[in-house]
Amino acid sequence: MKKEIYITDYNCITPLGFDVSSNWNHLVEGKSGVALHKVIENQEAFYASIIDTDKLEKEFKINFDSQNFTRLEKMFLLSLKPLIEKHKISKETAFILSTTKGNISLLKNQTELPEGVYLSNLAQKIADYFGFKTKPIVVSNACVSGVMAIAVAKNMIQAGKYKDAFVIAGDEVSEFVISGFNSFQAIGTEPCKPYDKKRNGINIGEATAAVYITSVPGENEKFRFKILGDSAVNDANHISGPSRTGDGLYASISNAMTEANITSDQIDFISAHGTATLYNDEMEAIAFNRMELQNAPLNSMKGYYGHCLGASGLLESIISMESVRHGMLIPSKNFEETGVSQPLNIIKENQPAKIKYILKTASGFGGCNAAIVLEKY
Amino acid sequence: MENLKTELKHKIIEVLNLEDVSVEEVKDTDPLFGGGLGLDSIDALELIVLLDKDYGIKLADPKKGKEIFQSIDTMAAFIEENRTK
Amino acid sequence: MKVMKKTESCTIQDSKITVTGKPVFESQSETFHDFAKDAYKCLELNYPKFHKMDNLSKLAFLASEMILKDEDHSRTAIVLANRSSSLDTDFKYQESINSQENYFPSPAVFVYTLPNICVGEISIKHKMQTENAFFVLDEFDEQFLNDYAEQILLSGKAEKVLCGWTELYQENYKAFVYLLTL
Repeated sequence: MKKEIYITDYNCITPLGFDVSSNWNHLVEGKSGVALHKVIENQEAFYASIIDTDKLEKEFKINFDSQNFTRLEKMFLLSLKPLIEKHKISKETAFILSTTKGNISLLKNQTELPEGVYLSNLAQKIADYFGFKTKPIVVSNACVSGVMAIAVAKNMIQAGKYKDAFVIAGDEVSEFVISGFNSFQAIGTEPCKPYDKKRNGINIGEATAAVYITSVPGENEKFRFKILGDSAVNDANHISGPSRTGDGLYASISNAMTEANITSDQIDFISAHGTATLYNDEMEAIAFNRMELQNAPLNSMKGYYGHCLGASGLLESIISMESVRHGMLIPSKNFEETGVSQPLNIIKENQPAKIKYILKTASGFGGCNAAIVLEKY
Repeated sequence: MENLKTELKHKIIEVLNLEDVSVEEVKDTDPLFGGGLGLDSIDALELIVLLDKDYGIKLADPKKGKEIFQSIDTMAAFIEENRTK
Repeated sequence: MKVMKKTESCTIQDSKITVTGKPVFESQSETFHDFAKDAYKCLELNYPKFHKMDNLSKLAFLASEMILKDEDHSRTAIVLANRSSSLDTDFKYQESINSQENYFPSPAVFVYTLPNICVGEISIKHKMQTENAFFVLDEFDEQFLNDYAEQILLSGKAEKVLCGWTELYQENYKAFVYLLTL
């Protein structure tokens, strides 16, 4: 009998707030972190979801003495601190970090690699600050990293390698990433509209998120979500375009649900990836229909947070769990008229709901996909 | 125009890493996409960068790329008309 | 209690390819780029997409080719790791955006600024719609990778796992990739 694995605590640092309650209050009012920003010199302003650096610095100074951290590291430390204060670290506690680019902005105008760009150094710095005793594990699997990091924690605990885990995820808006997505013409000209007829690309976002995962839940947690199933299957089609038939995502969802021992009609809510590119959203619609999930209430949160890359999977899982706790599903922001070829039950306004099973999915460059099933305990 | 076409063939082979393809094998009227060169969506985006970098042409509507990159002939014609470098 | 078996392995280092202990190819070329090109020609890989790959993907691809060959790997998962992530390509990409005057970000380079792309390239060539993961660790941790591979095998999500270390930064590279089964 496999051990049962639970998420029992979480936190996040986003443009909508430096804790989950603030985020939730803004989300329920329909507020978004996406705004017009001028990020790169000599280039036009564009829509992105960016944390106010002054507010971040102020918050960091209140909570930490040392200032010897990069902006992203400060975001990571702030997201993890409240969890560390409530859950002890032991020799059997895993530390898992999900990111796509880490401190990539340190590369600018360098002739050699600064130490801080190594993802393992980034992870070790955070781990050392809080006194983790195990070697950090960095998951760097494009935009599915956040979802996968939860799965890695669950699977390694079930395998008996750890008793519990702190999982953090984060990425920062940078010239590196913006210029790259621009070269792919993937960046939208307005606040992004996942699944919509008029969608024309992503908004980049940044955030950090943290969750605590354990096989031995204590008495005093406010909530428990069981991680029932997971899978991360590759499309094996193209390194940047998704499979037109949604093969990898379909297989990931199918495997995760098989492991969770539930059927499509039992899924109460889907937190989908929905980046607002033409191809991703269409692929998801196909995959969800192949799984007969077209009736499950679904949203993308990219309209609130932009696409936070390595942070997105974890952040959106947290907000999904928070939705369940409040008995309220929030709309897929900026969706007006469907622009995908297959039907989806896209949430259009705040909707009270009793949720037991959540399906969280993600897809990314390299043809990767990931799905997890969570159960409200 | 002939010089431009030959120049384009060299550039495309280099920029798109078509190691096993020679300039002679690329015919002026052959379809660049959907033909024997095996070009994909990333190659199409790279050609848009090539237009800008080497010929100073910024494509206002990237979707026009499909027409422009139909063949060496169409590409050369477009460049002749719009180049600023 | 089932014990995992390592059925084959491939090492690539210092312009040499070795498969399960036997030298398979060696080049006199001094750069990885040229070594990889020589290997591609000599091993008659016949896969033009190879030339579009960045160096990390070429390294992972070559090592995997030696093991996967032409067999059916539709139930083989892929779990790779390294220390430098995609920094080799990240550095090259950054160079293309350092100057305001000469600002031409390349999508073909940018797509390789993620370490898991090398896994994607292997999946595409061998049509492996299977579980896959890429980890970044401070050093080759065979125990961790094997533990991770083992739980995939025990869960029934795959029958084999292509597992290993594919590290490359400029001219410092090492691949050690192997196949695990129960």
